[in-house]
Amino acid sequence: MSTELLVSIGIPVLLIIVGKVLGSNIERRHYESIAAREARFRDQPAFSTKHSNTSRPVRSASLATGSVVVSVDHFKRFVSGFRMIFGGEVRSYSSLIDRGRREAVLRMKESQPNAHAYLNTRLETSTISSTSGNEGIGTIEVLAYGTAVHYDRAP
Amino acid sequence: MILTNIDSVPGRQIVQHFGLVQGSTIRAKHFGRDFAAGLKNIVGGELKGYTELLQESRAEATSRMVAQARELGANAVINVRFTTSSVAQGASEILSYGTAVLVE
Repeated sequence: MSTELLVSIGIPVLLIIVGKVLGSNIERRHYESIAAREARFRDQPAFSTKHSNTSRPVRSASLATGSVVVSVDHFKRFVSGFRMIFGGEVRSYSSLIDRGRREAVLRMKESQPNAHAYLNTRLETSTISSTSGNEGIGTIEVLAYGTAVHYDRAP
Repeated sequence: MILTNIDSVPGRQIVQHFGLVQGSTIRAKHFGRDFAAGLKNIVGGELKGYTELLQESRAEATSRMVAQARELGANAVINVRFTTSSVAQGASEILSYGTAVLVE
């Protein structure tokens, strides 16, 4: 009986601890990488408008896309379960969405790294479901796409 | 073939419109990828298998749209949009659509 109890409680607890330790480490490194890459693209802005604020002639334009699938760790999934009881902001999922969106925009820029600007940037989020039940909860795909434009002269 | 998601091709003049073109594909994940993703789910972070799967399907949908535009004699597709909808558990449809045009 005690071994059964140990297994049925021990494994989920172990997974939550592993999720907490490795998950927060992965998240921290991801944020470091995002910050470094965002700094590199600071002079190549992504606009959500169809026109940028310059009248410089455009040399070429093409579609740029970037996407990523990210998931939360077991610890955050566990914590958010409590939040669902009391209601309110689910902070543990906010960082997931934030990471996904910023990563997708960065990948869009990296797909056309020499463009001067990215016009009409659109973000689309969709949830990923699992074939075997609700295992995929907390997994999202973010797609960022826009029109990468190269101007005639470098700024 | 030039693709943009704004209503013009910057720096070029549109001479002819051909109307809506679209391409779509429905993909299911396979068991192996689902299993690997299940393991990765414990620690969180990027699920590369799924990222690649969705990128491949989006490329497929886009190439079908481009093929349709080429058939009409267009050399650009403007106002391109992507949408994703889930058809069934574990399968999703990716649609890409836009307006086929001829530019100078």
